[in-house]
Amino acid sequence: MTRYFSEDHEWIEVEGNLGTVGITDYAQGQLGDITFVDLPAEGATVGKGDSVSVVDSVKAASDVYTPVSGTVAAVNEALADQPELVNTEAETGGWLFRVTLSDAAELGSLMDEAAYKSYVDSL
Amino acid sequence: MSEYPVSEDDVVDEIAILHLPLDAWHRETGGRMVEFAGYHMPVQYEGIMAEHLWTRESAGLFDVSHMGQVFISSEEGVTPALEAAIEAALPVDLSTLKVGAPRYSLLLDENGGVLDDLMITRWASGFYLVVNGATKWDDIGTLRELLPDEVTLNHLDESALLALQGPKAFAALERHVEGDTPLESLTFMKGAAFKLGGVDAWISRSGYTGEDGFEIAIPAESAEHVADLLCGEPEVKPIGLGARDSLRLEAGLPLYGHDLSPETSAVDADLKFAINKRRREQGGFPGSDRVLRDFAQGTPRRRVGLVLEGRMAAREGARVLLNDQEVGLVTSGGFSPSLQQPIAMAYVDTALSAEGSELTIEMRGKKLDAKVVTMPFVPHRYHR
Repeated sequence: MTRYFSEDHEWIEVEGNLGTVGITDYAQGQLGDITFVDLPAEGATVGKGDSVSVVDSVKAASDVYTPVSGTVAAVNEALADQPELVNTEAETGGWLFRVTLSDAAELGSLMDEAAYKSYVDSL
Repeated sequence: MSEYPVSEDDVVDEIAILHLPLDAWHRETGGRMVEFAGYHMPVQYEGIMAEHLWTRESAGLFDVSHMGQVFISSEEGVTPALEAAIEAALPVDLSTLKVGAPRYSLLLDENGGVLDDLMITRWASGFYLVVNGATKWDDIGTLRELLPDEVTLNHLDESALLALQGPKAFAALERHVEGDTPLESLTFMKGAAFKLGGVDAWISRSGYTGEDGFEIAIPAESAEHVADLLCGEPEVKPIGLGARDSLRLEAGLPLYGHDLSPETSAVDADLKFAINKRRREQGGFPGSDRVLRDFAQGTPRRRVGLVLEGRMAAREGARVLLNDQEVGLVTSGGFSPSLQQPIAMAYVDTALSAEGSELTIEMRGKKLDAKVVTMPFVPHRYHR
C-alpha cells in the first residue's frame, strides 16, 4: 500500500488498482466542524481533478477533487450519520470514497508524505 | 479543495486591510484571522461549533470594533431642530426614544431600499449610532448629505466595541462594573454609562445573538485591558465571526449585504418595526413614499425562515422552487449548531411565505425539501 497526496489536500491510498480517497488532517483543520459530506455515486466515472464530492462545514462548502481518474467503487456510508469523522479521523475512518484507477500513471504527479508535509509547511 | 467565496463583497483588496485595536490580542488568544469588512478579524478560536454552543450556554466575548460608531450633535445641544434633522434622515420616532435607550433603525435610499441597518441611542448630549463595518464609510457620506451643515457628525474611531453575549454574560460583567445605576437596572434595549475595570464604558443590554447580553463601547486603548478582564471570568470565552454569523442566523436576525440590500425594503425584509408607528403614518424620511406604499399594499416577496430536511446546507444564492418554478432566493444559510439541522433565510413569493409552506431549495443540482417556519429559529432569551 502506498499513500499519495495532492496539492488540493486530498490523500489517496492505493492497493492494487483500488484507491481510497479522503481529505488530509491539515484540510479538515482549515475547514472546521464538518456537518455534511456530499459523496459521489457508486459506479460514476470520474476524471483526475474533477470535483466529485463536497464537504460542508458550519462556515462554507468546499469541493473535493479526485486525485486520479477511474470509477467510483464505494463511498463511506458511515459519513451520512457521522460527518464529523472527517474531522476526528480525516486520514483513516473519515475516508470519502474508493476509486478503481483507470490510469495508474497519474499517481506519478502526486506527492509522497514527506513532500506533502513540506508543501503544507510552506503554506 | 477550494472554498466557495462567501460573497464577492467580502473579498477585499489586500492593501486596504486595517487592524483593529485588539488585533494582537486576537492573535495571542489563538484567533484565526481572516479579512472581513476591510479589517483583519478572528473567524474562530477553538472552532465555530464549540464557540456557538458556549455562547448559548455560558457567555462569549465578540470584538465588533469594525462597526462604525458615529455621534450626531449640534452646538445648541439636543434641540427640536436636531431631532427634526435626524427624523428627516431616518424613519425613527425620537419622541418615544428615551435617554440611554438604543433603537433599531434603517438607513434608506430615496427609493426606500436599505442602505444599512443600525442602532440609534439617545444620549443627553446627542445621538449615538452604531452602523455596519462594511458600509460605515458610505453611511457617513450619506448621513452627511442628509443632515444640514449645522449638525455635527463625528466618527468615533478611537472607540472599540465589544459584545458580551449569553445567559451568563450578566454575572461575568457585573463583577467589574460600577455606575450610578446597578447593571441589573438595564433591561433589554436600555443603556447607561459605567466604569468597567476602571474604564469609561457605554453599556447597553443588546446584541446580535438572540441571547441576553451587552454591547460595550470603550476607548480603543483600553480594549485589551477590558478583553482580558472579561475573558478572565470562567464563564467567558472569546468568540469569532463564524459563530457570530451562525448565532444571528438562528436568532432570525438579518445580516446587511446578504439579507438586506438596496434591493430590499423594510416591508419585504419583515422589518416593519424599524419604521416607527408615527413615521409610517406621516412619512417624511428618505424613500417614505415607497415604504408607505409597501405598508398599504404589501410586497410581492417577503423574507422568511426555512428549515431543511437532511444535513446539506443551503447557501446564499440558492434558488427556492415550487414545482420546479423559481419562487425565491436564499440570502443566508448554514447548519444550525443548536438545532443540528440546516436553516436558511430566503426571500420568497408572499403567497408562499406562510408558516408551513413547503418548498424546495436547489443546491449543487440537488433538490432539498424545506419548510417555512416563524423566526427566530431558536427562541430569543432577552432580559426584558
